[in-house]
Amino acid sequence: MSTALLDTWSIETRDLTKKFGDFTAVDRISFKVGKGEIFGFLGANGAGKTTAMRMLTGLLNPTSGSAFVAGYNIATDPESVKRNIGYMSQKFSLYQDLRVWENIEYYGGLYGMSLKEIREATGRMMEDLGMNAEKNVLVSELPLGWKQKLAFSIAIMHHPGIVFLDEPTGGVDPITRRQFWNMIYQTAREGITIFVTTHYMDEAEYCERVAIMVDGKIEAIGKTSELKSAYHAGSMDEVFYLLARGATRSE
Amino acid sequence: MNQLKAFILKEIFHILRDRKTLLVLFGIPVAQIILFGFALSNEVKNTRLLVCDQAHDSYSALLTSRLDASRYFDVTGYTENPEKGLADLRAGTAHMVVVIPQDFAGKLDHGNEANIQLLTDGTNPNLAATIQLYVQAIVNDFRNDMYGKPDLPYEIGVSPRMLYNPQLKGSYTFVPGVMAMVLMIICTLMTSVSIVREKELGNMEMLLVSPMNPMTAIFSKAVPYLMLSLLLVTVILILSVTVLEVPIRGNILLLYLVSFVFIITSLSFGLAISTVTNSQQVAMLISLMGLMLPTLMFGGFMFPIENMPLPLQVVSNIVPAKWFYYSINDIMIKGLGLSAVYQRVLLLIGYSAVFLAISFRNFKIRLA
Repeated sequence: MSTALLDTWSIETRDLTKKFGDFTAVDRISFKVGKGEIFGFLGANGAGKTTAMRMLTGLLNPTSGSAFVAGYNIATDPESVKRNIGYMSQKFSLYQDLRVWENIEYYGGLYGMSLKEIREATGRMMEDLGMNAEKNVLVSELPLGWKQKLAFSIAIMHHPGIVFLDEPTGGVDPITRRQFWNMIYQTAREGITIFVTTHYMDEAEYCERVAIMVDGKIEAIGKTSELKSAYHAGSMDEVFYLLARGATRSE
Repeated sequence: MNQLKAFILKEIFHILRDRKTLLVLFGIPVAQIILFGFALSNEVKNTRLLVCDQAHDSYSALLTSRLDASRYFDVTGYTENPEKGLADLRAGTAHMVVVIPQDFAGKLDHGNEANIQLLTDGTNPNLAATIQLYVQAIVNDFRNDMYGKPDLPYEIGVSPRMLYNPQLKGSYTFVPGVMAMVLMIICTLMTSVSIVREKELGNMEMLLVSPMNPMTAIFSKAVPYLMLSLLLVTVILILSVTVLEVPIRGNILLLYLVSFVFIITSLSFGLAISTVTNSQQVAMLISLMGLMLPTLMFGGFMFPIENMPLPLQVVSNIVPAKWFYYSINDIMIKGLGLSAVYQRVLLLIGYSAVFLAISFRNFKIRLA
């Protein structure tokens, strides 16, 4: 691993493969994601998105191939990987019966932040989200959109190099989704790489580059504009349909 | 250390905010103590007694009043007709009929011998045998009071004494039993469900992608339940001493030590359950079927293990609650010390080690 690579790429995989018995969930995928890039990872259910993401976040060991995330090898140094990434799951994973600040404190603690750092981060976060009045409210009483924004803010509160978003906008209305993407742009401008899985194709348009997974393989990768012209399609939706209709796997 | 404190606090918040569950947790032992202590007693009290007095003399009146004075019996009626007695037994309005023969006093004073007949409803054999013994005791007392000790040359006197629990109070066995049950509910059921809930809600995923050692998080989950359990042990002990008048004859610290070890065993079992399932329902089912039921059946406090067929007795040995129950019984009721229970305590520690090893192994596999 050269240091030059470290400086340029946030994620780099080479022939990354995961097999469960005879089943190859992820089949030799290779791609690179630059620093501060918004990278969309698209695919139908069962295409292998989640498995790939689990390997990149250190939850699963790859069967073969290699991957570097934030400059660390996921197979040999998953703990360093974990320290340098943020993660937001599709369920948002906030504790409903805890107050807003208690959730922040808990997740700050998970990433080893000191109480002082957490307090400062909480203040900033409440200010940015306009939630000062809701600091003491139970999360269960917040509207879904607010929960989502809060979950995202918590995922990046420890200033990770990369944040992984696993279908982050499920069940959220279009206006909130739009606002959420504004937050994502803001975060990317601060130099944090965004790795987002989705199956909303209008969301794919917001990404700088996308990879489309079909049956465990990456069928296409590139800037959204390039993909659209390469496949003579008017939208990412059409591109995706052209590629994914041949898929044999589904959940 | 700060981290750990924050995590433990978070778990305490979870528990405290779930008012209903908390109410159930404290309600169960209180209700059980009261139920087992008073309602579900296997003692015989207020047995309905019909006196068939054919003598109508001063002796028969005295004997009858003695029977009535006993708190075990209620004399519900008098008759001269034995047929009426049989009818009452059939109808169930009497549990027992005492037939005092004609010329009771005369036979005793002059013939030195009188026989009393006891007719008992044998459909409930335990009850029948017990109340027969009670009446015999009362009649013996009566005879001794009237004539003094019989002055026979070759008499073998049997003077039975029930040690540790002279009144044969049922609550003596129920208190340790309730403790075993409650600790199992909190430590195994609650812990496994609460960990599995984190999985269901996706919080476990967050935990696993964080640099935090998941074992630390799980450890901090166990601590509040440990504290809660010790609190409940205290509540149960206070209730038993004040309400049920069950003594604590042994060392109270030893009592807590044994409870502590059993709590750890139950917690590690709950942990082991949580590593094999992803659904709260399954966790609950395993806890109930795998633990509560065997605890009730083989714990020793509901059904005497000594009466079971040998294979079941062998099976009962693998139920951790049995060893806890026997130890608590020995310490609380018999007042024995560590030397009497240390083998069982070691066994419980062994169980904990096995359960923890299983959980640890499964946890590793999940991360592979």
